[in-house]
Amino acid sequence: MRNLLRWETALVFLLIVVALTGQVSTDGSFLSGGNLFYLGLDIGEIALIALPLTLVIVAGEIDLSVASVLGLSSALIGWLWNAGWSLETILPTVIVVGALCGAVNGLLVTRLGLPSLAVTIGTLALYRGLALVVLGDTAVADFPSSYTEFGTTPLPGTNIPYPILLAAVLAVLFGIALHASSFGRSVYAIGANEEGARFSGIRVKRIKLILFVLAGAVAAIAGIVYTFRFSSARADNGVGLELAVVAAVLLGGVSIFGGKGSLFGVLAGVLLLGGLRNLLILQDTSTEVLTIVTGLLLLVSVLAPSITRRVGTLRKAHT
Amino acid sequence: MDGPPVVALDEVSKSFGAVRALSGVSLRLLPGEAHALLGENGAGKSTLIKTLAGVHRPDAGQVLVDGSAQRFSGPADALAAGIAIIYQEPTLFGDLTVAENVFMGRQPLGFGRRIDVAEMNSRTSELFARLGVKLDPARPARGLSIADQQLVEIAKALSFDARVIVMDEPTAALSAHEVQRLFGVVKALRDQNAAVLFVSHRLDEVFALCQRATVLRDGEFVWSGELSGETPDSLVRRMVGRELSQLFPKEDTTAGDVLLSVRRLTREGVFTDVSFDVRAGEIVALSGLVGAGRSEVARAVFGIDRPDGGSVHVRGKKLKYGSPTAAMAAGIGFVPEDRRQQGLVMDASIERNTALASLGRLSTFGLLRRSSERALAQDWAVKLRLKFAKLSDPVGVLSGGNQQKVVLAKWLARKPSVLIVDEPTRGIDVGTKAEVHRLLSELAGQGVAVLMISSELPEVLGMADRVLVMHEGRLVEELSRADATEERVAMAAAGQVAR
Repeated sequence: MRNLLRWETALVFLLIVVALTGQVSTDGSFLSGGNLFYLGLDIGEIALIALPLTLVIVAGEIDLSVASVLGLSSALIGWLWNAGWSLETILPTVIVVGALCGAVNGLLVTRLGLPSLAVTIGTLALYRGLALVVLGDTAVADFPSSYTEFGTTPLPGTNIPYPILLAAVLAVLFGIALHASSFGRSVYAIGANEEGARFSGIRVKRIKLILFVLAGAVAAIAGIVYTFRFSSARADNGVGLELAVVAAVLLGGVSIFGGKGSLFGVLAGVLLLGGLRNLLILQDTSTEVLTIVTGLLLLVSVLAPSITRRVGTLRKAHT
Repeated sequence: MDGPPVVALDEVSKSFGAVRALSGVSLRLLPGEAHALLGENGAGKSTLIKTLAGVHRPDAGQVLVDGSAQRFSGPADALAAGIAIIYQEPTLFGDLTVAENVFMGRQPLGFGRRIDVAEMNSRTSELFARLGVKLDPARPARGLSIADQQLVEIAKALSFDARVIVMDEPTAALSAHEVQRLFGVVKALRDQNAAVLFVSHRLDEVFALCQRATVLRDGEFVWSGELSGETPDSLVRRMVGRELSQLFPKEDTTAGDVLLSVRRLTREGVFTDVSFDVRAGEIVALSGLVGAGRSEVARAVFGIDRPDGGSVHVRGKKLKYGSPTAAMAAGIGFVPEDRRQQGLVMDASIERNTALASLGRLSTFGLLRRSSERALAQDWAVKLRLKFAKLSDPVGVLSGGNQQKVVLAKWLARKPSVLIVDEPTRGIDVGTKAEVHRLLSELAGQGVAVLMISSELPEVLGMADRVLVMHEGRLVEELSRADATEERVAMAAAGQVAR
């Protein structure tokens, strides 16, 4: 627990460093209200999906299909809109479909006992494929501005984008679920020792299923946000986004082996990752470099705990 | 059994932070002797073994091999000096053969640097012959019993020409027959002038096997000498530093209503047609060899495994198959066999572990009341006299006996009416063991129905009102407290029942 706190302190420190460097190297435009608004927009979907994914990873599982669920939900919005449905019916439908996608993952993992890594690599391809079947490579863009302006304007009188408000509300709910509820306790116990959790009467399979369903549903919500933000429903929306989300969660101090991590750390991880990407974009860095940076951060965040542990044992051995 | 010691520890001290694990401990291992290392959990036995193994470096004092001081920089140095450690549960490479495990990394090479399998197998056979056991060198290690895996480790130690073999609670997971075979192996090692350091909580084994013993208490050297002038009582006194009035204090209670009723419970290939009752106030022991299906019956009763047939009733109400939640709701508590894997979440704190089976009743609308959680843990820590620094410390830092107390606290916090305990005192020290026995006896006195699985016959005979004996998946014998003798239980466990 103390290690974790130290890691989160380090994250906050890193955030300040990134903010200050950004501020200096961009002559003050990095922390300007306008840029912060775009930064917020940029990390909206990542922040949303990172919330349920944190719980999934703490429980010792992984869901790599989230970005494909995002794409599928975007494609469905376009298809149903073209078919003449109203957005009031489309949006709940899309969230239900996302939850179903999550349920498929969860059932394959809990009922058939398959590893979630393999299952969700499979559904990563499957859901993206379905998205392409639904909408092909066309784009649907004629959404009413009453919806799309949620993606392009801030909350009145502030620089806070609507998706960030949504993420903040969900973050509070997920934070309570993980850190203050008996459900969260069970999630940690499952991740740290699944057999021990089962022997304590915790309904391991049911809890895992719920987590996958939540991941699917929130990924669908992120798909809605993405679609309106770009006013464009496309099957290839959010390709590769799972990489950024997993990187942010691990950067936030969640152990890839389960059982450890906090939602606060993950939010700091999302901000750090988003801040770095934004800073690089401000300096006209190419997207290839952005992907490389994301990949490096992912590696660093996976390696960091084992490196600190090794340094710790070395130090112990020398005393 | 004479001459200078092969290996000696001279006034060795070792601290971890503020904790002094060993202070000024000496030990002399003579060639050709079996030497017992005794002490309660936390007495410093593990630290001593790890110092011999080269894992820990002493802060003060020396490790002497053949009279010359050594500085081991790692386990490889200790092994090169002839010291081999056989751990309780060996870790072999399952997909490799027995011989490949023995010669891991040092396989004999033939023409063109290819591994000479025939040579390797025949050398392995020779090693087993020296130990007086038969084991096929060419079979894969996967599927070997723990006893056989230990033999592979011992053969490996011999292949290094080890002259000191340390066995850390080797018999904890062995059946009576396997223990006898291990004893034969130890005698063979002694005949070849090796020294064996034997760590065990089972004093009868120590007396059967060892000539001398060293006793530690709280990291300090207490006594070392010949066992011939000692009795189990005198050794226990040295270990705990006080008198233990009685090890197995089960009080007589009048049995009440049937609380747990198991009828024709069957899980194919594991156990068949198991039927028994446990009444309020009774302690019923489920005895038998390891692998007879005792733990499996307990797992099925608690719902971890789904039985294929039969029924479990608690207070006359039938339990759903394969649902621990249903078993718990009906009032069953289950202290499982494997503390580290099944009983506890080792990284989690004492309070979190204590609360883990009671999360529902510690929550309001799903939100956990932290103060109630802490109060629950505090309450039980006091009741069970848990030795700990902070309730927020991970259970992993506690000694085995104290970890077991946390598992017990976790279940007692639910006020179970039926408590199943699987090997409740395995690998815990004598003092805590007596406390666990007293606790089980008290629970029975309060009207709890206790089903106890135990491989230790003295425990079974001392604690149980009735003894059920399993053999190869079937219940073969039921003995009342008066009829249960060591002999009759052992005979039934071996399948020799007069019918």
